[in-house]
Amino acid sequence: MTTATAPTPSGLLWRVCQVTGYRVYTPVQRLILVNAVAAVVSLTLGGILALMMALTRWEAVSLLPAELYYRFTSAHGVLMLGFWIVFFEIAALLFGGTILINHRLKGVRFAWIYSVLMVVGAIVTTATTLSGHANNMFTAYPPLVNHPMFYVGILLFAVGALLGACHFVYQVWTARREGVVAGPLPLVVYALLAAAIIAIWTLLHGAVAYVPALLQSLGLITLDAAVYRTLFWGFGHGAQQINLAAMVAVWYALAAITTGARPVNEGLSRFAFVLYLVGINMGSMHHLLVDPGIGMHARIINTSYFMYAALLGSLIHAFSIPAALETAQRARGYTNGLFEWFLRGPWREPGYSALMISVIGFGFIAGVSGVLMGTMQLNMLIHNTLFVVGHFHATVVLGTTVAFMGLAYYVVPLVAKRDLAFLGLARWQPALYGTGLLTMIGGMMLAGKLGASRRVWDPIFSGAPLQVESLTSPLMTFANTLIGLGAIVAVAGGAAFVLIMVATVFFGRRSDKPAVGTLGIIAGDQGPRSDVEIPEYDHHAKRFQAPGTTTLVFIFLVWFVAMFAWAAFNLGNVGWGVS
Amino acid sequence: MSALNAPSTRYVAPVGRDERIWLAFAVVWCLFLFVIMYVWQFFGEQRTPIESYRIEPSEFRALTQDYIASHRIGEVEGVPIVVPTDGGEAFLAARAFQFEPVLQLKVGESVRIYLSSYDFQHGLSIQPLNLNFQVLPGYVYVVNLTPTTTGEFGIICNEFCGLGHHVMSGRIIVTE
Repeated sequence: MTTATAPTPSGLLWRVCQVTGYRVYTPVQRLILVNAVAAVVSLTLGGILALMMALTRWEAVSLLPAELYYRFTSAHGVLMLGFWIVFFEIAALLFGGTILINHRLKGVRFAWIYSVLMVVGAIVTTATTLSGHANNMFTAYPPLVNHPMFYVGILLFAVGALLGACHFVYQVWTARREGVVAGPLPLVVYALLAAAIIAIWTLLHGAVAYVPALLQSLGLITLDAAVYRTLFWGFGHGAQQINLAAMVAVWYALAAITTGARPVNEGLSRFAFVLYLVGINMGSMHHLLVDPGIGMHARIINTSYFMYAALLGSLIHAFSIPAALETAQRARGYTNGLFEWFLRGPWREPGYSALMISVIGFGFIAGVSGVLMGTMQLNMLIHNTLFVVGHFHATVVLGTTVAFMGLAYYVVPLVAKRDLAFLGLARWQPALYGTGLLTMIGGMMLAGKLGASRRVWDPIFSGAPLQVESLTSPLMTFANTLIGLGAIVAVAGGAAFVLIMVATVFFGRRSDKPAVGTLGIIAGDQGPRSDVEIPEYDHHAKRFQAPGTTTLVFIFLVWFVAMFAWAAFNLGNVGWGVS
Repeated sequence: MSALNAPSTRYVAPVGRDERIWLAFAVVWCLFLFVIMYVWQFFGEQRTPIESYRIEPSEFRALTQDYIASHRIGEVEGVPIVVPTDGGEAFLAARAFQFEPVLQLKVGESVRIYLSSYDFQHGLSIQPLNLNFQVLPGYVYVVNLTPTTTGEFGIICNEFCGLGHHVMSGRIIVTE
């Protein structure tokens, strides 16, 4: 085996980023941008649909007729959960598999093939859905089926994404083999590797679910309802775990970009990603907790990711990310009291505010509500209510999407070599988007608590022969109003992001040293380094290294326990015996 | 060196004091969350129904129709009302787009409900208790209920089942 030396940045194929110091293999730039643009286009379409859906469920507006509501709900699901997120993740994998490890992209044409495959698949599925041939949601539980072209599009897209994830693993492997990466991987790349491995597993699962679904839609086979649900959620839940791992990767990246933070404990953080890998796919049971056909032990052991191994991973990150930020901020001189580092953070930096909104929103709302829902008995109060919708908007939107937006404010201008447009707007965008989302999610959780169901055009069932009076209450109206108003603000925040991205990519001022906000990093000779000296975390210290973070995580734990106790009280409050 | 840079070759550091304390609490909480589900399932009043059987939708439909015919005491809005007798067994069927029959139960008396669907997947959502269960064609889910409050309890479908999903409801009546 020949060990080639790392190629030197010369010729047309390489350039050195003047902002970060990364050596950039230029053919990858256009690939990253194409995937990012496809992501933003999906986000835009999905956002327009989201607004119309929220305004339909709000009785005061009742915008859409029933058929269009279901059609748009189906389309919104695939566009957001599927295309926006996965296109962005493929862009992130292309970025992580080359620029972050100073590696060239091996197989540029191959990357174009799978990117185009994904775009074609996305177009086919979106067109099928928007033309009214896939109104049965992206889950399309048998015996309901969507049009065969819906599945064809999904499968093309999934095959493309699968090739993309495999390509990333190949990139990392060849970087090691060729000596481009001599020692351990950077933590962010390690985290992306975890995401890619989960993605490969998940997308194979997707084929196991969607190929039979396609055959059923062609009338060739008949699927068992319970078997399909099990297969589908092996894909559907796993897909969310790709988002989780990718989001945490982005958290570490944003912490480094905006404050120069270094991980407090490289080994422990990596162990947490291993916990994700081992435990997380068991979480598909969360969707089947009140289904017939599954035994007690199978439910409990799977829903808990085998004794909450994956939750433990998240709790490790819950400490290590704020602790890294605290250490960095203290090194900058914000040492007063417990929380000066927190209060005096670079909140005007879009990547930092996005990071904080994502971390806090994900932890306090998404994570806690997810554990409540995943507790077998508590699930009886939550399954298929609008609370579930509130939960996954907290995970995938307030968590993942906000984090991805934060990263896009740096990666997109630097890769496009253009100044970030509308920096002033970008400083406000995460807060605007986050406020709208919080309002909407709060409304959804309240409505779900009051009994509102998900995926229904008329949440009070006013046309049903047997009326359900308890669904109509001033509090329910208030909840639906929150959802509507929150969605309007969130869509405005999303539109601001789209505007900034479009303006940057197509009209931003060209520059070899693009302007992107204020960074906590400067260009080093092998990639970026912190602009101030951040001390290594002292693991032998007797006194707390990150007292503010230690306080925060215990506040979080108290909140977690209180929410669990409240949910348990609610279940007891049902009064009726159930078994 | 940040998370964007490769760490030094030996990155396994000892776990610091604050990390250790947090990890200990985190592990205890994780174990509690796991064990509590078993405790709940054996000692709780509200347990997740586990018992279920396979059945052909056509057979379930026939059994339900027989049950309705022999237990019917009236009807509301065209939906038959039944009173469970003989050991408190009852059939509850979901179909596009109606739950049938309306069950009239007695407070404090347990009823063993055989829940399934004639056609699509549906969701049984009892309001305002907000108790929710999945209804699958081909499977009977046995849900044991012991009402402790009287009144009329609405049922809505909370799994998308087609374009009439938003008019699919049912009812449970609990009397003294």
